[in-house]
Amino acid sequence: MSVGLLFDSTRCIGCGACSAACKEANALPLPIEEHPTAYTWTVVERVDGVNVRRLCFHCAQPTCVSVCPVSALRKTPEGPVVYDAARCIGCRYCIMACPFGVPKYQWDRAIPIVGKCVLCADRVARGLPTACAAVCPTGATLFGERNGLVREARRRIAANPDTYVDHVYGVTEAGGTSVLMLSAVAFERLGMKTDVPRRPLPLLTWQILSKVPSFVGVFGALLFGIHWITKRRDAVRAYEAEHRENAP
Amino acid sequence: MTGASAVQQAVRRIGFWEAVFAVVLVLFAGVTVLRFTRGLGAVTNLSDQFPWGLWIGFDVLCGVGLAAGAFTLTATVHVFNLHRFEPIVRPAILTGFLGYLLVIGGLLFDLGQPWRIWHALVFWNPHSVMFEVAWCVMLYTAVLAIEFSPVVFERWRLERPRRILRSITTPLVIAGVILSTLHQSSLGSLYLIVPSKLHPLWYTPLLPYLFVISAIGAGIGMTILESYLSKRAFGRHLEMDLLEPLARCMVVALGVYALLRVIVIMQSGAAAMLLNPGYEAWMFLLEMVVGVVLPVGLLLVERVRTHPTGLVVSALLAVLGFVMNRLNVSVTGMEGAAGVRYVPSWMEVTVSLGLVALGFALFALAVRYLPVFPEPARGRSS
Repeated sequence: MSVGLLFDSTRCIGCGACSAACKEANALPLPIEEHPTAYTWTVVERVDGVNVRRLCFHCAQPTCVSVCPVSALRKTPEGPVVYDAARCIGCRYCIMACPFGVPKYQWDRAIPIVGKCVLCADRVARGLPTACAAVCPTGATLFGERNGLVREARRRIAANPDTYVDHVYGVTEAGGTSVLMLSAVAFERLGMKTDVPRRPLPLLTWQILSKVPSFVGVFGALLFGIHWITKRRDAVRAYEAEHRENAP
Repeated sequence: MTGASAVQQAVRRIGFWEAVFAVVLVLFAGVTVLRFTRGLGAVTNLSDQFPWGLWIGFDVLCGVGLAAGAFTLTATVHVFNLHRFEPIVRPAILTGFLGYLLVIGGLLFDLGQPWRIWHALVFWNPHSVMFEVAWCVMLYTAVLAIEFSPVVFERWRLERPRRILRSITTPLVIAGVILSTLHQSSLGSLYLIVPSKLHPLWYTPLLPYLFVISAIGAGIGMTILESYLSKRAFGRHLEMDLLEPLARCMVVALGVYALLRVIVIMQSGAAAMLLNPGYEAWMFLLEMVVGVVLPVGLLLVERVRTHPTGLVVSALLAVLGFVMNRLNVSVTGMEGAAGVRYVPSWMEVTVSLGLVALGFALFALAVRYLPVFPEPARGRSS
C-alpha cells in the first residue's frame, strides 16, 4: 500500500499547526520560517488570498532519487521519499534537478546536509498519519492511501464543480506524486509549477545512461579498428618503400 | 628612497604576473579557510534557488572541456597513427591533466562534504548522471596521470616502467578516449533532467552530443593557445605546420556544432526568440557569433589560418565561446526558472582564479623540470 496526502486549499485556514507539528515530529530547530528551508520542511503561504501548503510532493518516480550519485535519497514502498544524511556528499544535484524546487541546503553550516519533508516516514511505518495531517484542525491536509485520496479529490470536484479548478495537482505531474492538491484558483497563481512534464523525468537521463555499456563496446571496437587499419597502412607503406629501394 | 618606490622596484623585480599570482594565492588561502569553517553560504552567492554556480559552471564544466585537447591529440597520434603530431601530444596531456586537477579542486570546494567524495565508489546509483561523472573524473584523471608518467620516467631514466608503459599505450589511449567522450557527454546529460528549468535556447535532448563536439573544438583551441603561451614564456617556436591542420579540424568540429545548434533551435521553435531578443537571446547570440561563427569564419580564410596571430586569435575566440556556452547552460539558462539572478561573489571568483593560477604555475614547473617539449625544439628556441 502506498500512502499520501491530500491538501485542499479551500479548507486551509492558515493556522500553521502543520508547520509546528512538523518541527516537533522531525526534531527541527525553531523558528518556523516564512518559506521552506533546510530547517523548515513545510509552511503555509498566503498567495492571492489563498492558503497553500509547501512541502515535498513525494513523486512516484522521484527525480531527486534518480540523480543522487550515492543513493542518499530513496523512495520507500510506503510512499515517502527519504534521505540518508550519512551518505550525502553535498553535490546538490537533487536541489538543482527537482522539478518542484523542494530539497533545500544548509548553506550556513560548515558540515551541511539537505533538508526536505520525508512524509514522516517513521510514523508512517508505524501505521500513524503524518504529523501535519494528525494536527490539521479542518481536515485540509488528509492522510490516507494514495488511490483513495485521488478518488476523494475527484469526488470533491464533482460535488462542487463551481468551487474547484477541475484538476487534481499531483495525479499526473512528473508522472504522478504521493501528495495531491486541490484549489479554487488556477494552480499557476498559487506559485505552483505548471510546466512540469507529465512523464517521469528520470527517463530523460536513463535514455542516455542505459546506452553507456553498449557505447563503450562499440566505440572501443571502432577505435581499435581504426588503429589496426592505420598501423597496417603504415607498415605496408614502409615495406613497399624498402622493396622499391632493393629492386634492381 | 621612499617606501613607495622601494615597493615599486621590488614589484618590478618580481614582475607583474608573479605579483598578481602572489595576491591571488593569498586571497585564495583566506577564502579557503572561510569556506571550510563558515560553510558555502558565507563565501558564495549560491542559494536554494540557485544551487550550482561558478565552481560547477567554470571549474568543472570548462575544466573538463578545455582538457579535451589531450584525448583529441592522443587519438590523432595513437589511434589514427598520425605520428607527426607527436611533438604536441605531451603538452596537450599535461594541459588535460591540469584541467582535471582544476575540476577536482573545484569539486573539493563545491561539494558540501568533500571528505566524503569516496562515497561515489561505495554507494552506487547507475541511474545518476552524477555517478557517471564521478567515475569518469576518477578514472580519466588516473589515465591522464599514466599517460603523462613516461615524461617523469624519462626524466629519471627509469627504462623498465617506460618499456611497460609503451607496450600498453594503445589500450590506454583508447580507454582514455572512451572515458573522456563519456565524461564530456555526461556533463551535458546532467542538464537533460531539467527540461522545465533550462532555457529552450540551450535545452535539447542533444545536449550530451553537443557537449562532446564543442569540447573537441575547444580542446584543439586550447592546444593552439597553450603552444602560443609556451612560445611566449619559453621562447619556443610556433609549430605552424602542425597547428594549421589542427585548426582545420577545429573548423569542422565547430561547423558541425553550429549547424546542429541551429537545427535544434529551429526544430524546437526557440529560434523565434532571436527575432525579439531578451536577456537570454542576447547571451545566446553573443556566444554563437563571437565564439563560433567568428572563429570558423576567420579560420576558413587561408591567410588568417596560416598566420600565427590569426590562428591564435581564432583559437582564443573558440575557447571563449566554449566558456560562454558552459556558463550560459549552467547560469544564464537557469536563471529564468530559478527566478533569481546569480552573480558569483568575489570569493567564488577568487577560488576559480586561484585554481587556474595554480594550474599555470604547475605547467611552468613541469615544462622547466621535465621533458614536456621535444629536445630539438628546445635547441632552436634561443
